[in-house]
Amino acid sequence: MPVFWLILIVLAISAVGFVVGRRRALASADGDSRNLHSLPIYYGSNAFMKSVVPALGLMFVWLLVQPLFIDNRISQMIPEAEVREGSNIGLVMSEVRRTADGLENAVNLSLIDDETAKNARIELTDITQRLRDAGQVVTNQITQPVLRAAQAYRAMSQASNLLMTIAVLIVAALGAAWGMMEGQKAFRARNTVEQGVMALLIAAASVAILTTIGIVLSLIFNTIEFFSLYPASEFFFLLEWAPSFSGRGGASSLGIIPLLWGTLYISFVALLVAVPIGLFAAIYLSEYAGPKMRSIAKPLLEVLAGIPTIVYGLFALLTIGPILLSVFGDDGLGWMQGQRAVLTAGLAMGIMLIPFVSSLSDDIINAVPQAMRDGSYGLGATKSETIKQVVLPAALPGIVGAILLAASRAIGETMIVVLGAGAAARLSLNPFEAMTTVTAKIVSQLTGDSDFASPEALVAFALGMTLFIITLGLNVFALYIVRKYREQYE
Amino acid sequence: MTDAAMTPESARPTKSLTHEDARTKKRNASERRFRAYGIAAICTGLFFLLALLAAILSAGLPAFRQAVVEVPFTMTQEQFDEAEEAMLKTAIYTDYFITSLSDTMQAEGVQIEFDEDAVDRLLGKVGGDLRAYYRENQDQIGEQIGFELAASSRVDRYLKGTFTRDDLQSGNRFFMPEDFDLIDAMQEAGLIKQVFNWNFITGVDTGVDNPGGAGIGASVLGSFFMMLVVLALSLPIGVAASIYLEEFAPKNRFTDFIEVNIANLAAVPSIVFGILGLAVFIQFAHLPQSAPLVGGLVLTLMTLPTIIISTRASLKAVPPSIRDAALGVGASKMQSVFHHVLPLAAPGILTGTIIGLAQALGETAPLLLIGMVGFVARYPDTFVEGFLEPNSAVPAQIYNWAARSDAVFTEKAWGGIIVLLLFLITMNTIAVILRRRFERRW
Repeated sequence: MPVFWLILIVLAISAVGFVVGRRRALASADGDSRNLHSLPIYYGSNAFMKSVVPALGLMFVWLLVQPLFIDNRISQMIPEAEVREGSNIGLVMSEVRRTADGLENAVNLSLIDDETAKNARIELTDITQRLRDAGQVVTNQITQPVLRAAQAYRAMSQASNLLMTIAVLIVAALGAAWGMMEGQKAFRARNTVEQGVMALLIAAASVAILTTIGIVLSLIFNTIEFFSLYPASEFFFLLEWAPSFSGRGGASSLGIIPLLWGTLYISFVALLVAVPIGLFAAIYLSEYAGPKMRSIAKPLLEVLAGIPTIVYGLFALLTIGPILLSVFGDDGLGWMQGQRAVLTAGLAMGIMLIPFVSSLSDDIINAVPQAMRDGSYGLGATKSETIKQVVLPAALPGIVGAILLAASRAIGETMIVVLGAGAAARLSLNPFEAMTTVTAKIVSQLTGDSDFASPEALVAFALGMTLFIITLGLNVFALYIVRKYREQYE
Repeated sequence: MTDAAMTPESARPTKSLTHEDARTKKRNASERRFRAYGIAAICTGLFFLLALLAAILSAGLPAFRQAVVEVPFTMTQEQFDEAEEAMLKTAIYTDYFITSLSDTMQAEGVQIEFDEDAVDRLLGKVGGDLRAYYRENQDQIGEQIGFELAASSRVDRYLKGTFTRDDLQSGNRFFMPEDFDLIDAMQEAGLIKQVFNWNFITGVDTGVDNPGGAGIGASVLGSFFMMLVVLALSLPIGVAASIYLEEFAPKNRFTDFIEVNIANLAAVPSIVFGILGLAVFIQFAHLPQSAPLVGGLVLTLMTLPTIIISTRASLKAVPPSIRDAALGVGASKMQSVFHHVLPLAAPGILTGTIIGLAQALGETAPLLLIGMVGFVARYPDTFVEGFLEPNSAVPAQIYNWAARSDAVFTEKAWGGIIVLLLFLITMNTIAVILRRRFERRW
């Protein structure tokens, strides 16, 4: 039974629980709700909650565990010989899954009957061709063990689905019955319901923790797998990035240093653009501009932060790149070879970062107490002298924090560098050359056709881990600085 | 009395408020310079904004226009019968069309020779279109109608000025040098006009061989389904989490840990969420690749911190007197929150949610990792398929087009950006209006 229908049925059972629970409670109070401990709706909600939450929870857990369990059982069925040279059990398993899906589709389209799907043997039926007819992408000829595994897979999935449906419905019915039984006037329904709601609230708040755990685990496991295939010392210290596309193992050089260099160089160029513009804009807006100018210029600058990064990527590739090329390219100074370069991506990223620097600095400069400025004016300083010698030093930790946040943003930025920075990893100082970054390589290694078990794909997780640690470190440090500074004036 | 009083007039430093001395002049100049830097910085920022908008509009608007050739055409009953009896039916229709086209041009005083192939190159298979039309509408036979035929993408680009005679390489099967003359002639005869390109709005992506026919419709639908998932998950979870943290959470290690997590998740690069989606939803949970459901789940995790932060701000803005009053008349803590605080905070929560959704709508990088690129998207058949079948999303589609080398696709990419920005502007405007209308100052 499709999950969608199962959910609807569970909801229906719970709705019945709601109505009956409420009725019973009212009946036990002789139809006068003043005799009840709680409002009637709480008795209904109690039954509803006790039915829906465990049933759907069970279904969710079952759906998560079922593939793991079945995979485990099936992979024991596959003989060693079936795992060909250069392949692994994961690939064979995905073929088994594809074949099982294909059988399912073929039965649904009534191209083959259920009996054939269960018992077909490779020698007797051209099952591969039939699955292709059913629209399933089957790469190579299906072998007998794979077919047998697929048939077992299908049978187990069906059995498991049936079991799950029955179990979930029983749990829902039991829960509803329990809730209905409790519909007595002395029962403290509100307290029970509120406890349940509280548990749901806590669960929702824990999603943030789960997300972090998910990120960390998915990065760590794949990174460990990568380091088991590829030496960690080469990853960290090799000065070359040259993944091989066809061969497996050995042939690839996967050193992170050229990528880190590209990332830092492009981020540096971006900050070179964003920090002076953003900082001076913030100073002018907070110290000089009148309210009218402020109300116009500030939102306009912040529009730059609301524009999706893909737009900046396209702007870099198709506008900034050609302009730079016409000035520094072969027609001009002859320094630049192609549109994609460190400068192209850096400029676009700098534009994107201006509002980050300016808004944060603006807040921080505004937080400097007026008394400090007045003191400076009283000594005869001009406005700019006050800003340079009193306001900025006082705001400096906060501004550094803002710049660090902008830097972490720049390091993690993806679309601009994917489109604007190029694909070749280089260790060079020339800003007119194309370089590549950690993020751009994560995209290119994971969007290709390479299978997920190869070091060429797994390296993306190690890169992601590096990126995660760097940006997290920068953020924590920046927030620490900002917080520490704020405490001085509040 | 003192020496100072005795010094002669000339030796005394001449200080006056009306007269600037050298040092004051320097200090004032530096003051003016500093101000000028500030103005220059703001102007540079605004200039970048203008340049960005100008680039988007100038490069993207042509994607919404399309050249069509309008030819007045009359089909007589005899012609129709004759063509339907012939062996090569469409060829005869093409001949009719060519005759009609050259007649029209001659009537306008333009003389030019052209053959069937030229019409084929510029306007596609005209005969088939004509036949289909008249077989459908037999009552139109004998009446004059103006036929609108979409010109090929190269004609389009020639008229827009992005494809010139110099660009044409010899040996191009799809375009001959004499075709330029034919286009010029048709333009002189007033047959070519620009119409709104509906196909770009409603169409689906095409392969690399037909750039002119590519549209963004299917990926808009993909984005829409993704936003449904994001809205359905992030709003309830976000609001529930904020209520717990703001109203109920005791001050302890667990709460602090959640807060630190939320603050850090807000700053994690989006690509890392893509890795999470790939590893957890696709590799571990075996959800279908490229499906809007998976995209929506990843974007939900990304949007949650934004929504939680803004929801907490609006919950915090509800004054404690409201809660106290509710508790005072016997409500439980839970009732006071759900019956009184939450409704009062709703406008703020809604505004924050819309802004979070707008952010999620423009996000591209995680979608690349869960595979929403590199295939031709299509319209889903049913509502459930809309979540589970592979589809693209607007930003992923834009990336896809930008990565192809054909100049027509580049134009489509800019056009796609205009569509994307229109959605974002609409959402943000709604958010601003909501805030203006319902915001309460306590």
